[in-house]
This record gives sequence, C-alpha cells and structure tokens, in this order.
Amino acid sequence: MTAIDQEVLGVEAVTTSLPRVAAENAPVPVPRTIDARRGRGDRVFFRGASASGMVVLAIMGAVGVFLAIEAKQALVKAGPSFLTTAEWEPDRGRFGIAAVMLGTVLIAVVAVSVALPIALGTALFITEVAPTWLRSWLIALVDLMAAVPSVVYGLWGLFFLQGNIIGLSRWFNTWFGWLPFFKVTGSDPDNPLSNASVYTASTFIAGVVVAMMVMPIACVVMRQVFSQVPPGEREGAYALGSTRWGMIRVVALPFARGGIIGGTMLGLGRALGETIAVVLIISPSFKINFHVLEAGANSVSSLIAIRYNETSGVGLSALFAAGLVLFVLTLIVNFTASWFISRSRSGAGSEA
Amino acid sequence: MTLLDDRQQFGEPFALFEDAGAFDHVPVAPAPRTTLPGRPDDVVTPSVQRPIARISRQDVLTMAGSAVSALCTTMLIFGQLTSLSGTLGFVVVAFVIFVVTYAVVVGISEDGPAVVDKVVTVLLAAAAVLAIGALSSVVSFTLWRGRNAIWRPNTYTDDLGKTGPLDGVDKGGIAHAIAGTLIITAIALVITVPLGVACAVYLNERRTRVAGLVRTVVTAMTALPSILAGLLIFSTWILILGFERSGIAAALATTIVMLPIIIRAADVVLRLVPGNMREAAAALGAPQWRTVWHVVLPTARSGLTTSVILGVARGVGETAPVLLTAGFTASMNVNPLRGAMVTLPLAAFTLVKSPLPSQIARGFAAAAVLMVLVLVLFSLARILGGRPVGQLSKRQSRRAANRSAQDLRRALARHASQPQATTEVSG
Repeated sequence: MTAIDQEVLGVEAVTTSLPRVAAENAPVPVPRTIDARRGRGDRVFFRGASASGMVVLAIMGAVGVFLAIEAKQALVKAGPSFLTTAEWEPDRGRFGIAAVMLGTVLIAVVAVSVALPIALGTALFITEVAPTWLRSWLIALVDLMAAVPSVVYGLWGLFFLQGNIIGLSRWFNTWFGWLPFFKVTGSDPDNPLSNASVYTASTFIAGVVVAMMVMPIACVVMRQVFSQVPPGEREGAYALGSTRWGMIRVVALPFARGGIIGGTMLGLGRALGETIAVVLIISPSFKINFHVLEAGANSVSSLIAIRYNETSGVGLSALFAAGLVLFVLTLIVNFTASWFISRSRSGAGSEA
Repeated sequence: MTLLDDRQQFGEPFALFEDAGAFDHVPVAPAPRTTLPGRPDDVVTPSVQRPIARISRQDVLTMAGSAVSALCTTMLIFGQLTSLSGTLGFVVVAFVIFVVTYAVVVGISEDGPAVVDKVVTVLLAAAAVLAIGALSSVVSFTLWRGRNAIWRPNTYTDDLGKTGPLDGVDKGGIAHAIAGTLIITAIALVITVPLGVACAVYLNERRTRVAGLVRTVVTAMTALPSILAGLLIFSTWILILGFERSGIAAALATTIVMLPIIIRAADVVLRLVPGNMREAAAALGAPQWRTVWHVVLPTARSGLTTSVILGVARGVGETAPVLLTAGFTASMNVNPLRGAMVTLPLAAFTLVKSPLPSQIARGFAAAAVLMVLVLVLFSLARILGGRPVGQLSKRQSRRAANRSAQDLRRALARHASQPQATTEVSG
C-alpha cells in the first residue's frame, strides 16, 4: 500500500509488517504455467469412480447376457413355437410361454385396474384435500406400504383376502357372467350353496394382492407430479371461481397426465415381475385362460420359482428362456414409463 | 360490493379527515362522471362475512346425517328387504347409498358444481381410507396370526432342527432365519455400500455420455423382477462355477436387488448438495477428490444413510432371489460359505405351505418379525432423511464447532512458530 493510498483511504495503522526484500535479490516474476491436467489424486479418484460405474454396468448387463446364454438351448430347440405353445413339458419337447405370458399380463392388468383408481384418488387426496398435518402422515404410510415385503402381502392374500373376496367373485360372475372375462366354468350362479372352490386361486385374487404392491409405486409418482402443478395456474383457476374439483379437472389432471401414465406403467412393470405373492395364491395351470375369476392361473416369475429345481438341461434352459422374455418385457415397460414421465411437462425434473 | 354500499354501511369514509381540517385545502372533487343508479333502501342487504373456514358445521352435519341414513337403509336392505349378506357387500352398498344421499342433501343448499366438488372430495377421501385400511389390515392380520409364536422367547432362541411335526409353538423357533437374514444382509451391505456410493459419486462427478448410460441402466434395473437377480446368480455361481447353494450366493443375489436402489437414492441425494459448496472447495484449491471426500459426502451424509437403509429394507424382504440361491434348512447355520441358509421371508414362505398349524403360526411369526424389522428400518430412514441436505443435527454442529476451534488453535500455533511468514507483495 502506498502513501497515496493511505492518504486516500485514510488508513493509519497497517498491522501486517512485510519483510523488506532486497532489490538485488528480487525474484524475476515468472508467469505461472497453466496446467489443466488433473493431479495424481484426482486421476486415481476418477479411475476408481469410473471403475465402479463400469462394474455396476457390467453386473446389470450380465443379467441379460447370462439369461440369453442359458436360454439359448431351449430357444433353439423350441424355435418360434416357444411363443405360441401353451403347454410346459420340456422333457417331451413341447413347451412355450403362451399360457404363462398371458397369465402374467392378465394378473398385471387386474392389478393395475384395481390399483389405478385408488392410487390416483389417494395421490389427489394427499396433494389437494388433506390438511397439512395429515399429509405428512399419509405420505409416510404410502411409502411404508411400498416397503412391506411381498411375502407379507402374499400371506395376507392367501389366508385373509381369499376367504373374503369370493363373495365379490361370485357377484361378478352372477351379474356380469355374460362378459367373457367374468365367466367361470363349473360355476352355478343359481345355486347359492354351490362350491366356492371354483373361485379360489384365481388370476383375480392374485391381481388384487399384486395391486397392493402396485398402488404405492404409482401413487408416489402421481403425488410428485401433482405437487408440481404451477401455483399460478392453480390459483388462476380458483380466482376464476372454480371449485376444487374444477381446478383438479382443468389444471391438475392435464398437467399431470404424463406422470399418471408413467406411474401406472411403473406399477405395471412391478406387477409383471412379482413372484412370491403370486406363487402363494395361484394354483398353476398351463391353459390359455381368459377367465380371470376362475381357479387356475400362472405367471412367468411364479413358473420359475416353482420349477427352478428342474434337473434336466432343457427344463432349466426353458425356464431361463421364460425369464429372458420377462426381462425384455419389463425393460420395455419401464423404459416407456420413464419416457412418458420425462417427456411430460410435469416430469422434466422428476426422478422416476 | 359497490361504493354506495360501503358508504351506507360505514358512513362517510372521509368524514374523520374533514373534521380534523387536514384536507381543508383540497378542492371539492368534481361530480363523478359515472352516476350509479340509486337503490331503494329496503333492497340493500347488510353484507355478511363470507365463511372461509374449510369445514363448516353444515358440512359436518350433512355428512353425519347422510352416513346415519345410509347405514340404516343398508341395514334395512340387508336385514329385511333382501337376502343379501356378507361384510364386503354391506360396506359397498352402504358406501354407495351414502354417496347418493350426501349428493342429494348437499344439492338442497348448493348448486351443481359445488355438489360435484363435494362428492368428488368424498370419493378421494374414500380412496385414501381404502389404501390405509388395506395397509393396516395387512399389518394387523400378520401380527394377529403370529400372536401365538411372537411372544414366546423360544421363537427367537431356537431353530427347527429338532422340532417334530407335532410339537407346538412352545418348541422350536426361527432363530436360524433371523441369523441368516442378518448374515446375508451384512454381506450384501459390505458389497453394496462402497460400490453403490462410489457409483453414485461417479454419476454426479462425471457428466459424460457413459455416465448417462449407467444412470439409465441403473434406473431400469430398480424395477428388475427380483427373481431374475436370483436367476443370474443361480446360473453363474451355482450352475457355471459349480458352488453349492449357500449364504454367500443369496447375499450376491440380494446385492443385485439392493444395488440399483441404493445408487438411485444416493444419486438423488448427491445432486442436492449445493453447487456453491463444491465451488468454494475448488476455489480454495482442493482437488476434486478432496472436494468429494471432505465436502460432498459429509454434506450428504444423512441422505446417504437414508438411501442405504431403504436399500436394506428392500433387500431384507426379498424372497425370490433367496429362494433360488440359498436353499432351505431347518437348523442354524452361521457359515455363509457352506451349507444352506434361510432368511425370514423364505422361512415365512416355506413354513406357511405346511399343513400344520404350529408351522403356519411360526411362518406368520417370521413374517411379523420381518415386517417389524422393515418398519423400524423405514422409520429410521424417515427420521434421518427428514433433515435437508447439509443441515446438521445438534451434535453434528457441536462437533463441527469443535473442529473449527481446533483448526483455529492449530493456525495460531503455526503462526506463533513462524512469525516471519513471507507474503508475496505486488505494488
């Protein structure tokens, strides 16, 4: 600091005393070399981080690769008939996933159609209706519902729901039995004392149990997009005299449409892969069966869980082939779901 | 409300000022160009304050009245008019009648849109009640069915190795399943925590195309059917490498289930670390690894803990991968490298398939213990995750203050030992 500076600034006491540097010893100022290369620590760090990323990528890729390797034998043997055959008798050379795939999709469709209205209603209730103190509780409970292990839902479905829901199955069959989906072979709607066992272990019951697991997943995504509705549009609707439902109908639902579709598809992906709850409830059948209320159902994952002890090479390979198809199907559904969510106006910043 | 109303209700608004003489110099305003049509005095209604409370007494009474009426009507239908029966049917019929009655009663005093609004509100609340009711039904049913075994100490201390088929729930237990769950989860954690957090750091620090691909794949894998994770380990570890079914195989399968969940959650948390903290570290000359190690990770610590706990909660409850890789045993095995091991969900799944009531009770006890475990983990995650990124708890801020006081002492001591600190001067 020069004397002039001192005068201008009015600074009197400089507390730091700088050592005087002899003029002849003054170092010649050298421009600092600008080096954009990272230090050794950073290079190690980045290699390590990239390695962990690659390991994760490799593990995830391995799922698909090893499924394909193990499935090759069965796929070569069965050829295209693998997709169209309903029976599952690998030792006799007749096996295909037509029936189990149909069963998987039917269970998932039942689950999503039960879960969608409840998830949508709950998400709207949480974001629009519930008072603040209730809101945080409901969010926690819905998250908790997603965390309950599937085997617990399976036990509940097998020992509690199955006994209580047969009345509903019977009612559907009695009044809507003319629809092909609700037909039950061997049922007698006119006889109130008829055997209830034709309604047990059905696709419908398995679907309702899976819906319990789908609901929270879909609900979380929907709640996130509803909470992102721009306050300006929301208040604009109210300012124009809209009721709460009017605001939901013209502002919230259109805004969240992508999130609703995406959340539902994420739930669908979960429903397609659910194993244990389905194994506990269904009684496996290998017939192409559209009657969702009827006893006897199947799904790819439960087929694997039941038959994994197969000893024959073809039998095991066929299971891997079924797993591969399930893998591809879930990937398609999940990628479509993320696409819907990220493309929608509401989901640009969401994490799903 | 027009100006006219205002004046009539509150009197002349400017009367006060005119009396005080403050506006004496203000010229008298010219007559307004718009003339308001006068209204006869008797038409003017006194303005009442609009009710802005969310729930009025009328709402409560309407709802209660409709509920009582719906209940009575349903009882009449079920008891007297028809031969309907069943709890489920009763609830459904009662609810439908309630909604219709409520709509009609609201319609007496409100107009169309308001009726629709109230009915929809009732439907939304019903959906939430249904969801919560289903959850509480699952929880209470599991606890209720396991009640005979849950309270017995032998459930937690014994295994089923020496339990005969006719022994009651006072003999034998699920200690082997509890031990198996703990061992398998611990091994899975040892693998997933470093790998998962490192991968999340990678996703955040390197925004390359490869990192984008990793993120996409991880996102897709969070929804991977868990049985396929079991199939992968089954095909590689057991079929190709020829190892037996064991705890370590189950732990590897659980790892594959937990890994994407932990990475996803940790990725989100790390992204929330404020950019100015990174920039501050960089401006102080820290290389990037130091920034990550000393700034980013400690800042996100509570969120990272939450993501690990969520991963554990998911991994602990998975049955399908363990079913394929762990085998099943009735007796205690604490060696993950050799012999079959069993976890709580697998024990529940296997035991309830038995026809014996005591086995089923033990299965429900295993499910109940598992559920309580998940519940505890989950509450822990909520408590830890409830704090925003970077905000410290009391103890943490005390520790940070101590550290910084220590730093100050260190700096002072250093200053004292080197009084002639040289500084480059310019100008």
